Amino acid sequence: MDTVIGVCYEGGVIIAADQSNGRSILTYQTNLDKIARLSSHSMMGVSGPNCDLVNFTEYISKNINLYELSNDGTKLSTKAQANFARGELAAALRKGPFQVNVLLGGYDEKTKGSLYHLDYMGTMHKVKHGAQGYAQHFVSSIFDKDCMPNMTEEDALNVVQKCIKEIHTRFLISQPNFIIKKVDKNGVEVISFGGDPADT
Amino acid sequence: MSILEYNGAAIIAMAGDGCVGIASDRRLGVQLHTVATDFTKVFRMSPKLYVGLGGLATDVQTLHQLLEFRMGLYKLKEEREMSPQVFSHLLSHLLYEKRFGPYFCEPVVAGLDEKGEPFLSGMDLIGAPVTTKDFVVTGTCTGNMYGMCETLYKPDMNPEELFETLAQALLSSVDRDAMSGWGGVVHIITADSVTTRELKGRMD
Repeated sequence: MDTVIGVCYEGGVIIAADQSNGRSILTYQTNLDKIARLSSHSMMGVSGPNCDLVNFTEYISKNINLYELSNDGTKLSTKAQANFARGELAAALRKGPFQVNVLLGGYDEKTKGSLYHLDYMGTMHKVKHGAQGYAQHFVSSIFDKDCMPNMTEEDALNVVQKCIKEIHTRFLISQPNFIIKKVDKNGVEVISFGGDPADT
Repeated sequence: MSILEYNGAAIIAMAGDGCVGIASDRRLGVQLHTVATDFTKVFRMSPKLYVGLGGLATDVQTLHQLLEFRMGLYKLKEEREMSPQVFSHLLSHLLYEKRFGPYFCEPVVAGLDEKGEPFLSGMDLIGAPVTTKDFVVTGTCTGNMYGMCETLYKPDMNPEELFETLAQALLSSVDRDAMSGWGGVVHIITADSVTTRELKGRMD
């Protein structure tokens, strides 16, 4: 039921995710943060059951952190992080799969913004824009129409806002709040949220 | 929908006179939704050996990594390139190893052996191999591809004719299949070089 939307622009990546957490007919909360910070310059928007969301993101981010600690501060590129996540998903598939679909976005000096679309089976593909969940069916055509090469951050944010508006209009499930984060040369930053994740 | 049709693929490998060609579509889908139109399913394993992996995309990527690893190991130990026959045999073995929990991938192998003779083979998801002299196909529209290949193929084509044949056979086949298409790529392997061309097709 989760919605995760990602758009790559000249100089970074924007990822937006809905903030609803629920099961069956009940909504538990509307301020859940589904975009996990992996490293100083990468983040992962995750769609799936809350247990796998937390388990998978913690596992990946802690292992990335361990690599940096064990290797004298060497940072893993976004591509490397995505490949690591893919490897874990693929290995777990035939044992105890993580039922998470992921959009991993990050910023590197050389390659600037990059966005990776990973599904729960471990299929990995580098994309300019992507969505996970039912949202795929609603927002893909907005991407095709409005995403240009060499977009600015403002253009990317406009596209994301347009996608959120579309979901609010046409998607059956109520997802009132969205959290939007960006990653650029300054690192991971929250642009806006509907519900404050810190509100316990 | 079968698990082999989850992501969608169409791959043809064909032999000519002292050359082989391998062509694939570019779609990455999740059932009926198209995620990307630049997904690679044909991989260069060595200068004269290409493998086309059709089926579940995660297994395509896993198998590719496994094959790169095994080829690298062979090259270090044997200090020579792996021949297409040996590669095909290795791939068959890798697939059968997982007989009761297989990789959902049905590959085709296309290459030129040491003498410059074309080599083609295909196999099913558990590694049952077939070696042919004309063409091998795999993917979600094999019926279409067999029909097109049987009609358009003639023996001993030169590289230009081979390219034209492969391109037309692929494009016509994928146009009648919802799960494959969205562009195409053709690699023509000759004794001296490999020419790669992108195909302009219906983007639907």
